[in-house]
Amino acid sequence: MKTNIQEIKDLSIGFKSQKGKQISILRNITTNIRKGETVGIVGESGSGKSTLALAMMGYIKQGLFTTGGECLFKSQNLLSLNNKELEDIRGRKIAMIPQNAGQALTPNLKIGYQIEEALKLHTDYSKGEREQKISELLNQVRLPSPKIMALRYPHELSGGQQQRVAVAMALAGNPELLLLDEPTTGLDVTTQAHVLELLKDIAKDTGTSMVYVSHDLGAIAQVCDRVIVMYAGEIVLEGPVRKILKEPIHPYTYGLLKSIPKLSLIGLPDSMPGSQPQPGNIGNGCSFYNRCNFSNDECKVNVPKLEYLSEMDTSVRCFNHSELISKTSEQKMKNHSQKKITIDEILDLKDVSISYAKQGIIDQFLNKVTDTNPTVKDINININKGETISLVGESGSGKSTILKSIAGLLKTKDGHIKFDKEKLLSGDLKKRNSEDLRSIQLIFQNPDESLNPNHTVEQILSQPLKLYFGLTGSKLKESIVELLEKVRLGAFYMSRYPRQLSGGEKQRIAVARAFAARPDIILCDEVTSALDVSVQAAVLDLLHKLKEELGTTYIFVSHDLAVVKAISDRVAVLYQGRLCEIGPSKDVYQFPSHPYTEVLIGAVLEPDPDIKPKLVAEDIVEEKPPEIGCSFQGRCPRIIGDKCRNETPPWQFGDNGNAIRCHIDIEELKIQQS
Amino acid sequence: MFFLIFKRFVLGLITLFIVSLITFIGVEILPGDACTSYLEREAFGEALAACIKRLGLDVPAHERYLSWAFNVIQGDFGYSLSGQMQINEVLGPRIKNSLVLASAAIIIGIPLALILGIITALWRDKMPDIIISTVAIFSMTIPEFISATLLILIVAIWLEWLPGIVIVPTDVTFFELLPNIILPVIAIAMIMTAHMARMVRSSVIQVMASDYIQMAILKGVPYWKMVFKHVLPNALLPAINVVALTIAWLLGGVVVTEVVFNYPGLGRLVIESISNRDLPVVQALGIILASIYVSINFIADLLTLMLNPRLKTLQTRK
Repeated sequence: MKTNIQEIKDLSIGFKSQKGKQISILRNITTNIRKGETVGIVGESGSGKSTLALAMMGYIKQGLFTTGGECLFKSQNLLSLNNKELEDIRGRKIAMIPQNAGQALTPNLKIGYQIEEALKLHTDYSKGEREQKISELLNQVRLPSPKIMALRYPHELSGGQQQRVAVAMALAGNPELLLLDEPTTGLDVTTQAHVLELLKDIAKDTGTSMVYVSHDLGAIAQVCDRVIVMYAGEIVLEGPVRKILKEPIHPYTYGLLKSIPKLSLIGLPDSMPGSQPQPGNIGNGCSFYNRCNFSNDECKVNVPKLEYLSEMDTSVRCFNHSELISKTSEQKMKNHSQKKITIDEILDLKDVSISYAKQGIIDQFLNKVTDTNPTVKDINININKGETISLVGESGSGKSTILKSIAGLLKTKDGHIKFDKEKLLSGDLKKRNSEDLRSIQLIFQNPDESLNPNHTVEQILSQPLKLYFGLTGSKLKESIVELLEKVRLGAFYMSRYPRQLSGGEKQRIAVARAFAARPDIILCDEVTSALDVSVQAAVLDLLHKLKEELGTTYIFVSHDLAVVKAISDRVAVLYQGRLCEIGPSKDVYQFPSHPYTEVLIGAVLEPDPDIKPKLVAEDIVEEKPPEIGCSFQGRCPRIIGDKCRNETPPWQFGDNGNAIRCHIDIEELKIQQS
Repeated sequence: MFFLIFKRFVLGLITLFIVSLITFIGVEILPGDACTSYLEREAFGEALAACIKRLGLDVPAHERYLSWAFNVIQGDFGYSLSGQMQINEVLGPRIKNSLVLASAAIIIGIPLALILGIITALWRDKMPDIIISTVAIFSMTIPEFISATLLILIVAIWLEWLPGIVIVPTDVTFFELLPNIILPVIAIAMIMTAHMARMVRSSVIQVMASDYIQMAILKGVPYWKMVFKHVLPNALLPAINVVALTIAWLLGGVVVTEVVFNYPGLGRLVIESISNRDLPVVQALGIILASIYVSINFIADLLTLMLNPRLKTLQTRK
């Protein structure tokens, strides 16, 4: 048995509500972190996982306080130390890698300085040695040309590079325990896979214990030895990673795993009903009672204890876990009727290119755009009525840009967008008539920002109804209630403000607002990426049902290939604003495919420790698309030489219906990829 | 970056040009002209003719604007009617006096505001913050003509510590002026300091709540080192423009305070020449105050550009 490096005993953390009531965020947490092991803490937002990780450093956020228990680091209670004593432990014994490195690096200080600061505080190196060490650390996290990198400011690096700097900074003090708070959330898929690879190697090389906090079971599966699942401030399941992800014996974990869309399966995942109770609103019985499919009367009254099952080396907080032992976690997708899309074109993008280059004063006067290398170029897509088409790609692939210009928020430089076969959509929003505006609606990524916080749900939904249909009085009310019912919310939501809704409910309101206009096309910009997985599955399900019912066309933008696969009929893969591949979704995910699609699929993390991502290409960030040749030439693992650099690749058609833009012969590609 | 500075500079010049046009046109469309309004009931016969000739009012407006603007560029503002001398001679000592007043207020006010702002932010919702913030909100809400009058009443009349009003010739030396400016400086600095301290406070609080400060704490950076290295540089950057605006706004406060204390500065000159209907001087003052405003904002932009690494590299990269 390995020794424990950190022991958490009966820890409770809470805050005082305005009414003076004490509300718990963490409730009686007891667990250990062993030497040299990587432990994952999983849970949805609000489950208290970050609070727990911060408490492991003796850090309690302002407004919160410990209501009981202790956090022992080598038998020293961190929560009873003063600031001076904590300064000696933080960074030296326990280091933190933050969620969003872009915001966690001080903007006015150079990378080199920030790493040196950690070295100065926690080591006895001389000035010269420190400089040496900075280079070594930057090298260790695989950043190119460390000498130059050290002189850069945080904003001059890409997201992946910033995250690597944060890792280097954490390693500077040679810590015995590393805490990682969602270290790859917000990174592109390929970058995320690379950073995880790096973290795994570091854990292996240095023997450091790690605590990995994440909502992403895919990432957890890749790096962790043991997993702790949290729900509503409690540990509900704890055990070895394979047991947790393959034989989840807690209904919450069971449901969570089922709600994740998978690349290998077709169709929509099951969604879990309801949402996590807010701190302070937890009833008498089991906190998961309301959402549980396996509950009985006992669960309603009694709180289950965390029970250790020695034969599985797993602790579980559930009365009925034995029912789940026999159940396989085999996922069955709801096979939604993949109805045949008739060729009835509703939107036609022809030779569309979009440029962000600012016109000079003279060019503006002459109405001329001089940019020879626009952000988005040569986009040709036909979209049929009732179809769901997805645009996928990493950040900077131009997918949102295209969406914006369909919505009329961005002017196209060349080409045209035709609606309903004959109507040419103007690039200028002001020149579109009310009918054009009504027929195309947008749902944004983050409902927190897209819903006016000072409007009630009723006001939010009444606006499109008044604007497009001139509804008033009882007619208006009726329509609002109808809309709310359509998105599975009741009429009593009318008087609520966005802040009184959960993330999933807010996004439902945003969906309802888009449907209020009775549009022909709905543009969905990363609509589920701000949501928890269980909520994501429910929103995807809702979108799908509404489409079945109303025959709406969706244009879906996402970076998540599994989500895209679950919802769409066709997929278009973009890199640097150029189309790489387009085809029916079931075919794009099969080979042969464009080398970029191959890279993207390879980097997807499945919530299964036995399926490893395939890292085919480097995660370099290109600032601009190349002027000539193939857009993917800079990173392509299958590049065949000057042809790729100088000539725009031709479209080739695979036998299963997907079109690929590549110089490599499609038969050749098939052989290479099989 | 150079281009950006140049652009800001040109924009400043354009602003000044527009201000000069507006003041000129404003004076022009007033009923009568500089001479009739100045001479009032004596505006007839020889006196009027002499005045018109003296000011060159017999030439068309656009020509007069051009020659006036041309002279202003060379630093010649023309002739003051009430002072019966060149405006430059009137302005010289007044500018110096106002400058002494304003710079004293700035020299005391800005550091004080920074210190108070930082203290209130770091001890947020504790005793030091509650006391300082209450006082600050009080002094922000009391207009300076009231606080100035109260100061005179308490310090000059009841306590008899300092002179209540400034009775000195316009061209006093600096040291003779010094005891006289204490009260006006307090009156001006009070509001300005309070405003800025509140700004600094909220800016520091915002930075303290940021991810990178939490990171610095978790990295084990000692508290005061964190405050000076990680918090302040980032918190004070946005404060620069606020400080500039406050200083520019101080110009208005200076006018009122100078009148209350009978202080021989630019502010009092503004009021005097308006009541004397000395339009050439009003015009000159308009341009001068506008150029002070423009140059303060220009300097603030320069400082922000220089101190913010984000802006610096953004500009050189493109």
